[in-house]
Amino acid sequence: MRESFQNWLPRLVLAPSFLLILVFVYGFIAYTGYLSMTNSKMLPSYDWVGLANYEKLFRLRHWNTAMKNLAIFGALYIIVSSLLGLLLAILLDQKIRAEGVIRPIYLYPMALSFIVTGTAWKWFLDPGIGLENVMHQWGWESFSFTWIKDRNMAIYTVVIAAVWQSSGFVMAMFLAGLRGVDNEIIKAAQIDGATGFRIYRKIIIPMMRPVFLSAFVVLAHLAIKAYDLVVALTGGGPGRATELPATFMYSYTFTRNQMGVGAASAIIMLMMIFSIIVPYIYSELKSGENR
Amino acid sequence: MSAAGQDIALKGSRITRFVIYTVLIVFAIFYLLPLYVMLTNSLKPLEEIRGGGMLSLPKVWTLEPWRAAWSHAQIGVSPTGLKPFFINSIMMVVPAVVLSTFMGAMNGYVLTKWSFRGSGVVFGLLLLACFIPFQIVLIPMARILGLIGLAGTTWGLVLVHTIYGLGFTTLFFRNYYAAFPTELVRAAQIDGASFFQIFWRILAPSSAPIVVVTVIWQFTNVWNDFLFGVSFADFDSIPMTVALNNLVNSSTGVKEYNVHFAGAILAALPTLVVYIVSGRYFVRGLMAGAVKG
Repeated sequence: MRESFQNWLPRLVLAPSFLLILVFVYGFIAYTGYLSMTNSKMLPSYDWVGLANYEKLFRLRHWNTAMKNLAIFGALYIIVSSLLGLLLAILLDQKIRAEGVIRPIYLYPMALSFIVTGTAWKWFLDPGIGLENVMHQWGWESFSFTWIKDRNMAIYTVVIAAVWQSSGFVMAMFLAGLRGVDNEIIKAAQIDGATGFRIYRKIIIPMMRPVFLSAFVVLAHLAIKAYDLVVALTGGGPGRATELPATFMYSYTFTRNQMGVGAASAIIMLMMIFSIIVPYIYSELKSGENR
Repeated sequence: MSAAGQDIALKGSRITRFVIYTVLIVFAIFYLLPLYVMLTNSLKPLEEIRGGGMLSLPKVWTLEPWRAAWSHAQIGVSPTGLKPFFINSIMMVVPAVVLSTFMGAMNGYVLTKWSFRGSGVVFGLLLLACFIPFQIVLIPMARILGLIGLAGTTWGLVLVHTIYGLGFTTLFFRNYYAAFPTELVRAAQIDGASFFQIFWRILAPSSAPIVVVTVIWQFTNVWNDFLFGVSFADFDSIPMTVALNNLVNSSTGVKEYNVHFAGAILAALPTLVVYIVSGRYFVRGLMAGAVKG
C-alpha cells in the first residue's frame, strides 16, 4: 500500500500545476480561439460567425497600422539592441579596469517596470521641458527634437526607450558568450598572425551565433508583447500613430466592445509568438537530450 | 561573468584604448541619464522645472514632491498618494512569489528525480506557457475571476501571477536539480526515506542559490506587471505600476512633473534595491530565462 502511494506521489505533486496550466493557459487559448469565431461584442456570445472577425480585422486600418508599427518597432528594436549589445560586450571584454562599475550601469534598466521607463522617457523627450528645451537653453536655438509629438516619428521614440531598457541585457548575454570562447582558438589565430579586428570578424563573432539566436527569440517575443511601454510613453498616440497589436487588442476588447475582433487579434499575436518560440524550444530540448 | 577579459584584447595604441573608454563612458551616461533626470527633478519645485534646465541640479532643494507622491497626490479620483497602492503591491507580490517558488521547486524535483512517463510533456507545456502573450488569457480570466468571486481582489491577482509564473519557476528548479547527483536520492530511497523527506533533507538544504534567483525573478516580474493589474484590479487591489500610470495621466490641469518623477522612483525602488543588493543573482535569472535546455 505504502509502496504504491509513494509511486503515485510524484504524479500527485505535479498534478496541481499541470491542471492549472492546462485550464488557465491551454483551455483559455481554446476559449479565446472560440470567441474569435463568434460575434461577441461587450460580453461573450456564442453565435458562430466563422472567420468573419479575422476578415474584418485584416480590413481594419487601425489593425494594419498596429501591424506596420510592430514591423518597424520589432525590426529596429531587435537589430539595434543586438548590435549595441554586441558592441558594448566586445568593448567591455578588453580588460577594462572599471568593468565592475560599468556593467551594472548598463544592466539596471532591466530591473525597472516599463511604466517607469515610459514615464521617464516621456518627459525627457517632451519638447516643452525635455531635451529640446535643454539644448535651447544651452544656446543651440535651432535644435529640434519633436519626434514624440510627430505622427510619423513617434514610433521611433518607443524604439529608443525599449532599446534603452533591454540592450544592457543583450550585452550581458554576449559577454557571457565571449567569456566562453576557448582561448586556444584565439591563440592559434594569433600565431597565424591575425590581428584583433580580424579575429573578431572572422572567428569570434561567427561563434556567437547561438547568442544571436537567443537574443533574437527573447527580443522578438518582448516586441510582440509590448504593451506597458507604449501606454506609458505615448498612450498609443499621437492619434493612433504608435498603436501596437497589444494595445489594439486591449482597446477593441475592453473599451470598444468588439470582443470577437479583440479575441481574433490575440490569436494572431499568439501565432506570431509561437512561430518563433516553438521551433526554438524544440531545438533546445532536442540538443539538451543529445548532450 | 566576473572572469577576467580575454587575451585577445584589441591590442594597440593608447588611441584605441582612449576610444574604447570614451564609447563605454558615453553609453554609461546614456543609461544613467533618465534616472538622473528623474532624481534631480523630483527634488525641484515645479516652477523651476517649468523654467527649463532639466539637466541641472536643483537650485532650491525640496522633498515636497516626494511627500506629495507618497501621501496626497491625486490618483484617479481621490487624493491618496501612492502609499495604499504600494501596500497593495506588497500584499500581492509576497504570496505570489512564495507560492510560485514553492510549486516550482516541487515541480522541478519531480521532473528531475521522479520523472515518469508523460512528465516530459508536462514540462513542455509549462515551458511553452512562459511565452504566451497574456492578451490571449485576458477575456476568459476576467470571467473566471468573476465566477470564483475573486474579481478585483488582491487574491485574484495572486492567483493570476502564481499561475503564469509557474513556467519559469519550474524551469529554474528543473535545470538546477538536473545537475544534482541522482545517486544521493536513490541511496536515500533505499534507506527508506520518503518522497518529502528526500526533498527536505537532501535537496532543499542546497537549494539556496536557485531559490534566490527564482525569488528575484518572480519579485521583479510581479512587481513590474502592468497588464494584469490594469485588467483585473479594483481600488483595493490596484498595484503600484497602474497607480503610477494613473498619477501621470490623470492630473487635471497642472502637470506636476516633479511629483510624477518622485512617484516613478517610488515604483522603481523595490526592484532597484533588489538589483543593487543582489545583481549577480538577478543577471543569472535573466540568463536562465533566456537560455534553455
